[in-house]
Amino acid sequence: MTILVVADHDNVTLGAGTLNTVSAAADIGGDIHLLVAGANCGAVAEQAANVAGVVKVLVADNAAFEHHLAENVSLLVAELGKNYSHVLSSTSTDARNMMPRVAALLDVDQVSDVIKVESADTFARPIYAGNAIATVKSSAAVKVITVRGTGFDPAAAEGGSATIEAIAADNNAGVSSFVSEELAQSDRPELAAAEIIVSGGRGMGNGENFELLYKVADKLGAAVGASRAAVDAGYVPNDMQVGQTGKIVAPNLYVAVGISGAIQHLAGMKDSKVIVAINKDEEAPIFQVADYGLVADLFEAVPELEGKL
Amino acid sequence: MKILVAVKRVIDYNVKVRVKADNTDVDLTNVKMAINPFCEIAVEEAVRLKEKGVATEIVAVSIGPKECQEQIRTALALGADRGIQIQTDGAPLGSLSVAKLLKAVVDEEKPDLVLLGKQAIDSDNGQTGQMLAALTGMGQGTYASEVNVDNGKVNVTREVDGGLQTLSLSLPAVVTTDLRLNEPRYASLPNIMKAKRKPLDVKTPEDLGVTVSSTVETLKVEPPAERQAGIKVASVDELVEKLKNEAKVI
Ligand SMILES: Cc1cc2nc3c(=O)[nH]c(=O)nc-3n(C[C@H](O)[C@H](O)[C@H](O)COP(=O)(O)OP(=O)(O)OC[C@H]3O[C@@H](n4cnc5c(N)ncnc54)[C@H](O)[C@@H]3O)c2cc1C
Ligand SMILES: Nc1ncnc2c1ncn2[C@@H]1O[C@H](COP(=O)(O)O)[C@@H](O)[C@H]1O
Repeated sequence: MTILVVADHDNVTLGAGTLNTVSAAADIGGDIHLLVAGANCGAVAEQAANVAGVVKVLVADNAAFEHHLAENVSLLVAELGKNYSHVLSSTSTDARNMMPRVAALLDVDQVSDVIKVESADTFARPIYAGNAIATVKSSAAVKVITVRGTGFDPAAAEGGSATIEAIAADNNAGVSSFVSEELAQSDRPELAAAEIIVSGGRGMGNGENFELLYKVADKLGAAVGASRAAVDAGYVPNDMQVGQTGKIVAPNLYVAVGISGAIQHLAGMKDSKVIVAINKDEEAPIFQVADYGLVADLFEAVPELEGKL
Repeated sequence: MKILVAVKRVIDYNVKVRVKADNTDVDLTNVKMAINPFCEIAVEEAVRLKEKGVATEIVAVSIGPKECQEQIRTALALGADRGIQIQTDGAPLGSLSVAKLLKAVVDEEKPDLVLLGKQAIDSDNGQTGQMLAALTGMGQGTYASEVNVDNGKVNVTREVDGGLQTLSLSLPAVVTTDLRLNEPRYASLPNIMKAKRKPLDVKTPEDLGVTVSSTVETLKVEPPAERQAGIKVASVDELVEKLKNEAKVI
């Protein structure tokens, strides 16, 4: 059994979710190969070769893969994937965008968002916004799977010594092209990798008030997240949304400020180790999942908290 | 330009589901059902493209038992022109089977644009649009927050992990909707009445020459681990003290 893991990266750095995916692959068992498809992505291949547990890194370095266009990358992954028992990726937007195409090209069903490996063909995954956990068995010849990072500890980034093999591929479906991107700039940790997250909701009132949370976050080395309502209202950009249809996180500490605790928000954070809620409504559902709840006006409590850290 | 919109009947997003005592599935008896919220956004986008004069016809398609005609009627009340129900009974289909049926509809209808939700809030699969795009060889713009059709191309701005990305796709193309694409309107009473008279065709997978099957079997469905009830703290001081000394997370 050999497993192909499709690496996440931006042509410079290996994405953190890939390390959790490698752990899921290790739970399945068998040799692990990592595919790095990109352009001028040699540095990523070097990092991939160092990941503990990986035996081989395949590098497809071609302009066709520069922006990870799903139409192009899926052709390559489906072609390679035929020779593997499993093809795995993280649940990054790149991977979620590309992997179902691979599954369709291989004519197999995909298992999305796996949080636990029961055996080589049996996996657990949340459904209905995490209100139920389904255990599913796949009889597909090639098992195409996306792995939710919060379900698996990351593999060690160092200690491996995989061989690196270049593959000549220039799959170009010719139906899509990259136009532009607007990436959020932040010195704070990424949501997916942060040990502590401070999130704000509609209760923040406006975008400027998020400064209160940034100050707390900076004292704690935390990332800052948000509810859908805060994103929809334009307080903060979309990449900060935590929830069923946003980012799924499980940090050591999640502080929800001015967030009511709708099912869809809880789906993205209720596996956090410790949850704190600050809300002025003592009936807010967020208190049902909070380890520590503080009923208070956030505009008083948050500055006070910042002062006391 | 013709637009095909795929709408799925799912549990209403406000309902908290419960798992059946025998752990075979979630309990959907007497539960309020609705159009998947992302599909509603897809219908709204199609209607806006028609209002702008970009689209000329909107066809709404849903796959499932007879009841999913209700969601097609909702789409018709929101502004779709006609509906197609693909009748399937028994266990809900997997995304690959749905994609194969949609491909058969695409082959018949030849739409210029296919709009789907980015994910169904029951299965949380997030696969169908991409699978349909692969099966038809189309380009895809998933997680769309902006769609602009221009000169035989569609530009799609996508919500991605790091922010926003814009792609240009040749038509025909597949687009899946994200939350910020638009805010769906409410259907007016006259439009709900009018929708009852709009055409709705019923087909079967056999009519479309598609055999549905699945390589994934559900063994059991269980409730998630419950969190231990927590405590209320009286002050910020107590909160900081607990986080430092009890939880030891700061
Ligand atoms: C298809 C779909 C997908 C969705 N996906 C997501 C998702 O991924 N993530 C997500 O978060 N939501 C998602 N939602 C939305 C979700 O249902 C809720 O609408 C949303 O989470 C509410 O955000 P909120 O808690 O910030 O706002 P509200 O529910 O309005 O809550 C605001 C809270 O702030 C408190 N507050 C106000 N002022 C103060 C103050 N001065 N001090 C202290 N507390 C204060 C209030 O008491 C209230 O509890 C989705 C919905 C749908 C339909
Ligand atoms: N049974 C169905 N009938 C019609 N459309 C569907 C069906 N299942 C999925 N879809 C479409 O595919 C999208 C994504 O679904 P999924 O891949 O299951 O998360 C939905 O928002 C719909 O647009």
